[in-house]
Amino acid sequence: MKNNRPILLVEDDKIDAMTVKRAMKDLKITNLLAHVYNGLEALDYLKNLNNEKPCIILLDLNMPKMNGIELLKNLKKDESFKKIPVVVLTTSNAEKDKTESFNLSIAGYMLKPVDYKQFVDVIKDINLYWTISEIPD
Amino acid sequence: MNMSLDSILLVEDDKINALTFKKGLSRVSNDIELIIIETAENALEFLRKEDNLPSIIVLDLNLPKMNGIEFLAIIKKDTSLKSIPVIVLTTSANPLNKIDCFNLQVAGYFVKPLDYFELIESIFGYWKKSEFVHSVKQSH
Repeated sequence: MKNNRPILLVEDDKIDAMTVKRAMKDLKITNLLAHVYNGLEALDYLKNLNNEKPCIILLDLNMPKMNGIELLKNLKKDESFKKIPVVVLTTSNAEKDKTESFNLSIAGYMLKPVDYKQFVDVIKDINLYWTISEIPD
Repeated sequence: MNMSLDSILLVEDDKINALTFKKGLSRVSNDIELIIIETAENALEFLRKEDNLPSIIVLDLNLPKMNGIEFLAIIKKDTSLKSIPVIVLTTSANPLNKIDCFNLQVAGYFVKPLDYFELIESIFGYWKKSEFVHSVKQSH
């Protein structure tokens, strides 16, 4: 990543979260991975001033309590959160999810590959992209 | 229907830059349609009359008359256009431009080095993995 701020992963599935963590380790990505389990926890994380603001948010869509689309709506209404780039990382191939996500100006919609090597490739491309792109301070 | 990156609208007034972009893109894929428009006004006109919207818009900031940030503000207020991801490719490292652009929901902000083949390759390596909602191959 462009800077060393944490990556916020919003993901209710423990296995998927472990896969992201493992891929980051394999790719030697040194940013801290802050993992929360749903949209509500993500908002709590972001509002807590003790937490460093993330460089990007990796967002799953299907989650309990507050799902990814609801979280996106909340983020985009907030002056200080709306500029954080959000990349959707999901198994949902539903047209509705894609349309709603893009209407909320996400910065990429990646389908989670089942195969680990392909999963690593996705994380690798996300990391490279957000290393060459500027990231808001 | 799964839609992937199949068309790019490049808003860029400099012909040399547009050519560099085209060459860089050809290293990623030859199947991506590239539409180059030199002014923001013409790009808006194109987007408003076009049924098939581009997968993504690549925007230069220093454009004659209407500049890139003004264009971006209009796109993001337009309910039929706001779902198109816009990335900025500029020579401007001005931090104010950067903040304005992220506040206006850009999906990437790239400061161009002199030679940027590799930059184009990396940018679209990423977008090739993304899903999209718009496609030129989509039938209306």
